[in-house]
Amino acid sequence: MSLASIIIQLLNGLAAASSLFLVSAGLSLIFGVTRIVNFAHGSLYMLGLYGAYSLIEALGRTPIGFWSAVILAALAVGLVGVVIEVLVLRRIYRAPELFQLLATFAVVLVIKDAALFTWGAEDLVGPRAPGLSMAVEILGKRIPAYDLLLIVIGPVVLAAIWLLLTRTRWGALVRAATQDREMVGALGVDQAKLFTSVFFVGSVLAGLGGALQIPREPANLDLDLAVIADAFVITVVGGLGSIGGAFLAAVIIGVAKAFCIGIGTVTWFGFEVSFSKLTLVVEFLIMAVVLVARPYGLLGKPQAVQRLAADPAPPLTAPTWKVALVWLVLMLAVPQFADRYITIMLTDIVCFALFAVSLHFIMGPAGMVSFGHAAYFGLGAYAGGLLFKRAGLPMEAALLLAPLCAGAFAVVYGWFCVRLSGVYLAMLTLAFAQISWSIVFQWDSFTGGSNGVFGIWPSAWLAGKTTYYYLALACCGSGIALLWRVLFSPFGAALRAGRDSPLRAEAIGIDLRGFQWAAFVLVGTLAGLAGSVYAFSKGSISPSTISISQSTDGLIMVLLGGVETLTGPVVGAAVYTWVRDAVARHTEFWRAVMGGIILLIVLLFPQGLVGGLKALFFRWREQRA
Amino acid sequence: MLAVRDLHAFYGRAHILQGVSFEAQPGEVVALLGRNGAGKSTALKAIMGLVPPAEGEVTFAGQRIERLPPYRIARLGLGYVPEERRIFTELSVMENLEVGRQPGRSDAPVWTEDKLFALFPNLAGMRDRPGGRMSGGEQQMLTIARTLMGNPSCVLLDEPSEGLAPIIVEQMAHSIRMLKGEGLSVLLCEQNLHFSQAVADRAYIIEKGQIRFGGTMAELASDASLREQYLSV
Repeated sequence: MSLASIIIQLLNGLAAASSLFLVSAGLSLIFGVTRIVNFAHGSLYMLGLYGAYSLIEALGRTPIGFWSAVILAALAVGLVGVVIEVLVLRRIYRAPELFQLLATFAVVLVIKDAALFTWGAEDLVGPRAPGLSMAVEILGKRIPAYDLLLIVIGPVVLAAIWLLLTRTRWGALVRAATQDREMVGALGVDQAKLFTSVFFVGSVLAGLGGALQIPREPANLDLDLAVIADAFVITVVGGLGSIGGAFLAAVIIGVAKAFCIGIGTVTWFGFEVSFSKLTLVVEFLIMAVVLVARPYGLLGKPQAVQRLAADPAPPLTAPTWKVALVWLVLMLAVPQFADRYITIMLTDIVCFALFAVSLHFIMGPAGMVSFGHAAYFGLGAYAGGLLFKRAGLPMEAALLLAPLCAGAFAVVYGWFCVRLSGVYLAMLTLAFAQISWSIVFQWDSFTGGSNGVFGIWPSAWLAGKTTYYYLALACCGSGIALLWRVLFSPFGAALRAGRDSPLRAEAIGIDLRGFQWAAFVLVGTLAGLAGSVYAFSKGSISPSTISISQSTDGLIMVLLGGVETLTGPVVGAAVYTWVRDAVARHTEFWRAVMGGIILLIVLLFPQGLVGGLKALFFRWREQRA
Repeated sequence: MLAVRDLHAFYGRAHILQGVSFEAQPGEVVALLGRNGAGKSTALKAIMGLVPPAEGEVTFAGQRIERLPPYRIARLGLGYVPEERRIFTELSVMENLEVGRQPGRSDAPVWTEDKLFALFPNLAGMRDRPGGRMSGGEQQMLTIARTLMGNPSCVLLDEPSEGLAPIIVEQMAHSIRMLKGEGLSVLLCEQNLHFSQAVADRAYIIEKGQIRFGGTMAELASDASLREQYLSV
């Protein structure tokens, strides 16, 4: 590469970094004060982009019209943030952290469909910035003037946030609440107002980040999850709560991505290395390296222990043999009465139930929240499909070997993940899932790329829908039974001890890291089994089985059912799969309906469906007594 | 000024306060004495709304406050100084004071930074120092000063002498007498009887979540068996 092209790529990277920084700074600010991981932050960015598009159309393609549109869009997104905070989050600040996460997932679904309804499914290409559409010549290469402006905007906003945080009373309150919000309340500060204002500022930053991209990227409906993944990576690499760290991380990642595109394909020692294909993974590779070397990010500090810790999880109760037997008989009997459609749906539910139970195992009792559990489900599905198609194994062998492949990946990913805890751990799992996704997505010759793998059907003796349902029930049912059994073994007890008090667990001689690693591999293998059974039931697989939305689906199932109960994930998987299917057959806007239902449940049953029903039952029994 | 009637509070399932009653008059320093785990800190937290009271009444300045959120209670003029000090470690001394700032009230002395630096001269020389880089004694002064920035008419002090060097304890006693001189009511939790005798007008003894004694410091001083039973370690 020549010096000129290096400089050009550097400038490209810096321009891209500005918007990434704005979103991440907002996310970080909100997390710091409210302790809410706002999954809807990418959606706010998306709204900023769409909003700017519409406002420019309304106000005219003049410099004044353009810039008023950008600022108005950012402010409008700020108001959307306020509405979310006041209507939803304010009501559940005392609920368990994971439930707040579920609420923000629901908001993602609602916003996506609101955007689909308002702007349609087509990508919208915005105008170039009036007055800045020319290019500036630097060392013989042309670079858009607008990009140079973006490069300036990043540091300017960084300085503005810094002044706001260090020179104003509001800033002092925000920093104080980041450390100890209960104490801030005891000093007479109205937390609700403070939280709302923080949500406003954080949302304006996300909206501004989106609006400023209008000349550079088309508004589209996939931005929400793509941007939230970027923003997570940046906040985690920079260090949660560190605005300066977010800027540094945005610059590093923006520039690294730009260089990957710029370098293109290089031949090293006879091997072709395609750097442009690395673009999708490079940020996750950087994150994995940073988190292993510096577990709290580049400029982050170890998390202050929040004082408003939720009550410890109640002890788990195993279902009795009688209840389990009744369910088993029911499940075996259903296909004898039900039609083909119900049988197929039940097969799906059984696969997702094992997927959800394995996720629940790792995030509930083992205390390690995973944002990337789809990795093992998807890798299991692909392993099954590829062993069958490419290696030519019999279907039965492929089905049973596939979980071991997923487990092998879990061995590697888990080794890194168990070194971290809390949000950092969750983000790293997301990173590994995204790395897996982009490899599968891009390796056309082996995995079929975005088309996926076709023609993976079960052997003839298993091909009947009812027969396959029984196979799925046998595989996934024993997987679930195994996981539940393990929870009550000494190994499971050690994991729960490690979740409740890591220090004490280690002090009594438990090799916590080793146990957690083993748990990771166990759930990875069983999620892989779910994926492999799922793949052969569908006859094809696509990269979406590893996508973020597959991971969030799993989280929704677990949280919907209730993370503190054993059977919750199964109920969550069944309800979610069934309702999604039922709603999707009636309306294009099934996401909004799902989101609305989830929000209602969050507000009415803060312990999840099974937890909420149990609480209702106990109240009823007490009243009768 | 502050009256607590039959207050109950729980931590999870543990019944910590089992119906305690006590009161503090305007301008009075009242000590709540008892051993570790007797329920002293929980009593203050329940008054402040930090541990929601399960039953009972708390009246402050003529108003029932047992159902109010902490910030509303603070704004009525009830200041709370926590046991662990809970200084904002990333914030400077001046910023810590800023977080505590609330508008002045007619029924209470109004504090400014300068007036507080006169009360706690040590703080005056470290205005820009982060709270995390101060000694325990300095943090104790800062946490009291921070609460006073809210211009309270009554202050709840949780173990102000705990873990401090004897000379700092002396200073604390002096500061509390100054607050009384300004007309503030003070309710303090203590295990240190000697310290309490130096500052308090009256005392209550709490044991296993119940009040076992209420009276003047002189009465307590004259009853050796009472001290033996509830306070000696």
